[in-house]
Amino acid sequence: MAATPATASAPSRCLSGAKPRCAALRSPSSLAVAAPPEGLRPRGSRALSVRAKVASGVQGASVVDDGVERPWKLSDARLVLEDGSAWKAKSFGASGTQVGEVVFNTSLTGYQEILTDPSYAGQFVLMTNPHIGNTGVNPDDEESSRCFLGGLIIRNLSICTSNWRCKETLEEYLIKRNIMGIYDVDTRAITRRLREDGSLIGVLSTDQSRTDDELLEMAQKWKIVGVDLISGVTCDAPYEWSDKTDSEWEFKKDQSSETFHVVAYDFGIKHNIMRRLTSYGCKITVVPANWPASEVLKLKPDGVLFSNGPGDPAAVPYAVKTVQEIIGKVPVFGICMGHQLIGQALGGKTFKMKFGHHGGNHPVCDLRSGRVDISAQNHNYAVDPDSLPEGAKVTHINLNDNSCAGLQYPKMKLMSLQYHPESSPGPHDSDTAFGEFIELMKSNRL
Amino acid sequence: MATSLSTPSQLRPSPSQAVRRGHLLVPYPRVSVARRPVPRRAGALSVRASADGGDAVTVRRFPAAPTKAGRLEGVKKIMILGAGPIVIGQACEFDYSGTQACKALAEEGYEVVLINSNPATIMTDPDLAHRTYIGPMTPPLVERIIEAERPDALLPTMGGQTALNLAVSLAESGALDRLGVRLIGASLPAIRAAEDRQLFKLAMDRIGLKTPPSGIGTTLEECLAIAVEIGEFPLIVRPAFTLGGTGGGIAYNRAEFEEICRAGLAASHTQQVLIEKSLLGWKEYELEVMRDMADNVVIICSIENIDPMGVHTGDSITVAPAQTLTDKEYQRLRDYSVAIIREIGVECGGSNVQFAVNPADGEVMVIEMNPRVSRSSALASKATGFPIAKMAAKLSVGYTLDQIPNDITKKTPASFEPSIDYVVTKIPRFAFEKFPGSEPILTTQMKSVGEAMALGRTFQESFQKAVRSLETGFAGWGCGPIKELDWDWEKIKYSLRVPNPDRIHAIYAAFKKGMGVEDIHEISFIDKWFLTELKELVDVEQYLLSRSLDQLSKDDLYQVKRRGFSDKQIAFATSSSESDVRSRRLALGVTPTYKRVDTCAAEFEANTPYMYSSYEYECESAPTNRKKVLILGGGPNRIGQGIEFDYCCCHASFALREAGFETIMMNSNPETVSTDYDTSDRLYFEPLTVEDVSNVLDLERPDGIIVQFGGQTPLKIALPIQQYIEENKMISASGTGNVKIWGTSPDSIDAAEDRKRFNAILEELGIEQPKGGIARSESDALAIASEIGYPVVVRPSYVLGGRAMEIVYNDEKLIKYLATAVQVDPERPVLVDKYLIDAVEIDVDALADSAGNVVIGGIMEHIEQAGIHSGDSACSLPTRTISAQCLEVIRSWTANLAKRLNVCGLMNCQYAISTTGEVFLLEANPRASRTVPFVSKAIGHPLAKYASLVMSGVTLHELGFTKEVVPKHVSVKEAVLPFEKFQGCDILLGPEMRSTGEVMGIDYEFSGAFAKAQIAAGQKLTLSGTVFLSLNDLTKRHLAEIGRGFQDLGFNIIATSGTAKVLQLEGIPVEPVLKIHEGRPNARDMLKNGQIQVMVITSSGDALDSKDGLQLRRLALAYKVPIITTVDGARATMDAIKSLKNKSIETLALQDYFQIADASPDLQAAAQTAP
Repeated sequence: MAATPATASAPSRCLSGAKPRCAALRSPSSLAVAAPPEGLRPRGSRALSVRAKVASGVQGASVVDDGVERPWKLSDARLVLEDGSAWKAKSFGASGTQVGEVVFNTSLTGYQEILTDPSYAGQFVLMTNPHIGNTGVNPDDEESSRCFLGGLIIRNLSICTSNWRCKETLEEYLIKRNIMGIYDVDTRAITRRLREDGSLIGVLSTDQSRTDDELLEMAQKWKIVGVDLISGVTCDAPYEWSDKTDSEWEFKKDQSSETFHVVAYDFGIKHNIMRRLTSYGCKITVVPANWPASEVLKLKPDGVLFSNGPGDPAAVPYAVKTVQEIIGKVPVFGICMGHQLIGQALGGKTFKMKFGHHGGNHPVCDLRSGRVDISAQNHNYAVDPDSLPEGAKVTHINLNDNSCAGLQYPKMKLMSLQYHPESSPGPHDSDTAFGEFIELMKSNRL
Repeated sequence: MATSLSTPSQLRPSPSQAVRRGHLLVPYPRVSVARRPVPRRAGALSVRASADGGDAVTVRRFPAAPTKAGRLEGVKKIMILGAGPIVIGQACEFDYSGTQACKALAEEGYEVVLINSNPATIMTDPDLAHRTYIGPMTPPLVERIIEAERPDALLPTMGGQTALNLAVSLAESGALDRLGVRLIGASLPAIRAAEDRQLFKLAMDRIGLKTPPSGIGTTLEECLAIAVEIGEFPLIVRPAFTLGGTGGGIAYNRAEFEEICRAGLAASHTQQVLIEKSLLGWKEYELEVMRDMADNVVIICSIENIDPMGVHTGDSITVAPAQTLTDKEYQRLRDYSVAIIREIGVECGGSNVQFAVNPADGEVMVIEMNPRVSRSSALASKATGFPIAKMAAKLSVGYTLDQIPNDITKKTPASFEPSIDYVVTKIPRFAFEKFPGSEPILTTQMKSVGEAMALGRTFQESFQKAVRSLETGFAGWGCGPIKELDWDWEKIKYSLRVPNPDRIHAIYAAFKKGMGVEDIHEISFIDKWFLTELKELVDVEQYLLSRSLDQLSKDDLYQVKRRGFSDKQIAFATSSSESDVRSRRLALGVTPTYKRVDTCAAEFEANTPYMYSSYEYECESAPTNRKKVLILGGGPNRIGQGIEFDYCCCHASFALREAGFETIMMNSNPETVSTDYDTSDRLYFEPLTVEDVSNVLDLERPDGIIVQFGGQTPLKIALPIQQYIEENKMISASGTGNVKIWGTSPDSIDAAEDRKRFNAILEELGIEQPKGGIARSESDALAIASEIGYPVVVRPSYVLGGRAMEIVYNDEKLIKYLATAVQVDPERPVLVDKYLIDAVEIDVDALADSAGNVVIGGIMEHIEQAGIHSGDSACSLPTRTISAQCLEVIRSWTANLAKRLNVCGLMNCQYAISTTGEVFLLEANPRASRTVPFVSKAIGHPLAKYASLVMSGVTLHELGFTKEVVPKHVSVKEAVLPFEKFQGCDILLGPEMRSTGEVMGIDYEFSGAFAKAQIAAGQKLTLSGTVFLSLNDLTKRHLAEIGRGFQDLGFNIIATSGTAKVLQLEGIPVEPVLKIHEGRPNARDMLKNGQIQVMVITSSGDALDSKDGLQLRRLALAYKVPIITTVDGARATMDAIKSLKNKSIETLALQDYFQIADASPDLQAAAQTAP
């Protein structure tokens, strides 16, 4: 009978330099993938990807030599991590070869929101919830107009969808957007590696012609620290925000009778930030990341919002400069990347965390009231509170590791949060932050 | 409680925003992170089997005073209410929660007073609380205990509906206020708002949440009016304040509606029923919510029911986490749950909220909320690793969630929401076969008696594991001989449409016969996501069927195992044997990996080895090389095997841990204490099958395996496991020898169960047993019966636990039994034994060590005569009517038998003593029995702990347990029966066990102890009124005694004609009454009019009478009139009534009895003067 590949999720081989890491680990089966004799394809000129739009037919049964159909697909993809481990997997969505930083997300729901969150640009998101795709994809759950992430790594791709809002399957959606996905890997084992070693660069490939070593080399050469990812996700020109989402999902309406004009810097802004501000009575003008501060101030906004966004805040000095020019002049609110940029603009330092915070279950304590919110988090960098100037106060901490999760600087009319009060996905506990921003703008008007 | 919101659009994620907004940008002093002290783990409880022969029950270390954080102002002593006996809807999950609460509060330095009538619980171990009251839990008696103990606070949220109802009564009567006891965990208004249907609906209206259109009726007329208003059937009827939906149901037409309403009104604590529009076919979800006193709220777990609305959630197959919700929909349910717990005003602790979601448009309705820990919260705790009850107990004394560390990660706080990276499936287990006459249909009233849970990385894996965990003869879902495959379409469709215990097998048959997902969905309303997953399993099975075992590649096997197929299923499909599949699998290196349950999806390091198997790449088990022992648990609860066995398993773990062994627990029952991750050093949440146990053995290679504590479950697999370890010559991981089954050898167990071998041994030892024989045909049976004489006990030889056992009085009945109840053929012989009329039955628990020493643990005398299953019979320890001579015979036979069988550990024997004083051995089981916890509590020695130590090689002498303890006080155990849940079945007791739980009464006299046990079991013993007597011919000779007894107690007597005639002849005044079929007014009318307070009815067995009698008995049950069906029961009841008349019920803590029994005279004097 045909040589069938070995176990589904076991790393196919340990490459040079890889060490066995856990005493309890079973020795990985060491079957090499036979490379079809095609010769090497030219490597893509772009740093990020070589993609080919080929539908892979997820659940297409594979035929055994005697004509009987297997009700599962055989492995046709690999994930090679920079630590030298190679993981056999099955592909869905786009095929090709793609490099990125692997991060895990522990949210149980909201894969579509995560897919469309621009903050994941340059990253492969590994969902720890094993069943992904169950509810398909629908137009209301988009957090931006595109998928910016590098790829999706999951344990199990749903073989059907079940939800009244579902319009298409996850796989159809990813194929349309040319995003790679793999399933049938031991996502928990990879998560444990990420926890122990920190985020790892990985290469996803359906290209049988490349050897594991080639892919490993790609992973080891690729860098995400210091790379400006924001310029790739921000909008091209300013625009007025108008929402088309079904208002059914407004969980709180008519928060303010007054109208405030907010200018939102798009570093990779999530739609729900704008939806939430709108429901609190804001009119929003969105501007690109490199939009001059002077232009913004000319609009005489009631407040400025610095949005979330991908990558390293230290890689975008122009954004830090813009923030510096704006703070103190109008009330500002920073979220995630915006928070880190404010930290830098105040003269503070940001640093890369071991594996960041990605999930919807992190406890954040508001030090002013002692209350604990369950929050949605997605960041790999954090502000070092000790580096902040006198007057800037830490208002929130993440109780899991006591890292800084929020700042305020009353003199500068400034507030910022490291996590996502707009949730989507995630709990709505911190929605009050938008109310605080409204109050800040209100008090500035008086 | 805080803000109430008025319109739906204002539903807020956090209603206390008003407070929060006040903090806006005001400069705050920097608050140091260190202000959140992590509570000190003060002195852990010590569980120790006393080796110095001293006081065995009171060895413990409690901290002196509450620790600083989490101190409740002015509170030092807290009373915890337990859940009472195991009944349907309230099983050992409340032992789990109560045990956690006792431990948590004692750890915090509070003095804990516990009340629970259930002796089989771990929480009533005398070393878990400072003061333990095992006895009736009626409001007046609990009030008396409160008066004596004067606790500062009462925690009512750990003991299910029983405790909640009790707390409501105590609060409403003013007793708590009068005695200065505050309710903690849930306030009276909160309990009312959640439990009172009307208040709950109003509360939901206030926060803008929808509830199903409904109305509350307090009379039948009101109910009918509401039905007209709602407009259409089916309608759901739910009585208020009942557990497990007792008295409720779904009505499809008017007649049914009236019937259910009547039952519901009678069952409700407040004569209230809610009539509700049926949401049949909607999806059902549950969220477990926790709130602390600082108003922080977290969701622990979301649960999705596979069975859509219409089936009680306890009877539904459920999956965690929810699978078919988008984030927006899930967060909406989360917001609602948070708003609900705030609006209802549960100030702290856990609650569970149930929602119905319309699959067509996502419309959400709130079904109900429980302001306490529940079965679902036990499930959620086991499913996520977040110990809800323990946390709830700590929150109730003022901790906030962020002050408590997450038990599993240790480093992160408990104020988070668990994320899980696996799928949990729970499947209920039913016992309809025990209740002939009741239809196996699932409705809103819970009927399951237990449940199994399984974890897997995918739904398919966990579902298959859950099916095989059920131990109902299936090795997984499908891929085996499924009887539904032979059904016609009509029958299959009916089974798909009408929820029933076997619906999953009908789904399988439907798929196999070619029905599609869409069609099955349309008939059953089960979500297509689950059906598609199941359909794929059928596809995999088809693939397997097309292959032979050696055609399956390594990858094939991996893929199949990853979908949860057992070796047995693969063997079935590939026409090979289970061991062939195992060998091939192991040869190819396809072995399971073990993943840890860590609350955080691997985000943080887990220190707790709580594991489940999955066919994955990385194994996290990390077994040690310590000396260790694997304890096999009892699997899902069922009638005859429940909490008592879990008690034994836990005690084994406690004792062996103390003795320096690493203990490893393996079990599949989420309700139990044994599956709490801190009961043992390591926990495998796995099915108890040969395959799954062998897998764990391969990995752990323990020194010992304990099979005699988990009931039939581990015993059934003891022989194959013995074979497996012998064949593999398995060396233990500690390197000190081979892996062995500890205790009595499987061969000895077999010797006791094999009739032939056993008879030979008895003959050799000169032990008498009732005459009888093995019949392989009808003529055999008739011959044996005529030789030994009627009545005879007949039972199939291949079934244990009293299944299908019957007492037969003549040839005709015997022929009928053989034709209908069992099959008799040479392969399946039937046992025919002499039934000893009016014999007294004796239960003995004994302990033997490996050196051949035997000590009697306890000798119990049954109240009901032999022939009633021992599990259903009340019993007394010590015995009260047995002669010293008979007791000596029993002692020596028990010891001889234990020695002869080489018993090491526990053994249970049942004897019958005939009216002439002859002793017969009925049965011997060389394993832990159902009575071990009762005996342990009655004599004050933890027998299961001793037994586990004995199995590890310690002698009884070394344990200091060398002679039988005969206590000075009397302990009575009474069984609790679930007939209320099973419409249409007769309530007469027989040789087949049907009780779900037990209660205990302790006193210095038998009558007092019996009275306490009766009250605890829920009997409303009235001290005067009218007694209805109807005795059959077999028992009429006792009539005069019973009649005179009731007469002396001041009762009026009414009786049916035959009975009345006898009484009149005896000169006892009696008023005759008509039988139901004789005309009116009859006994039924009197019963309905409340003119009867006690009934004594023994069955006469003729057709007319059994119909009449059945009706009367069911009616008595519905009207909650005490009904006694045996002569001995009547005698004991008269004693109890007499005792209640003469003196008030004394309440003493368990600790008092032993202090008095064992301590010095001045202590005794002190105790006697105490109130």
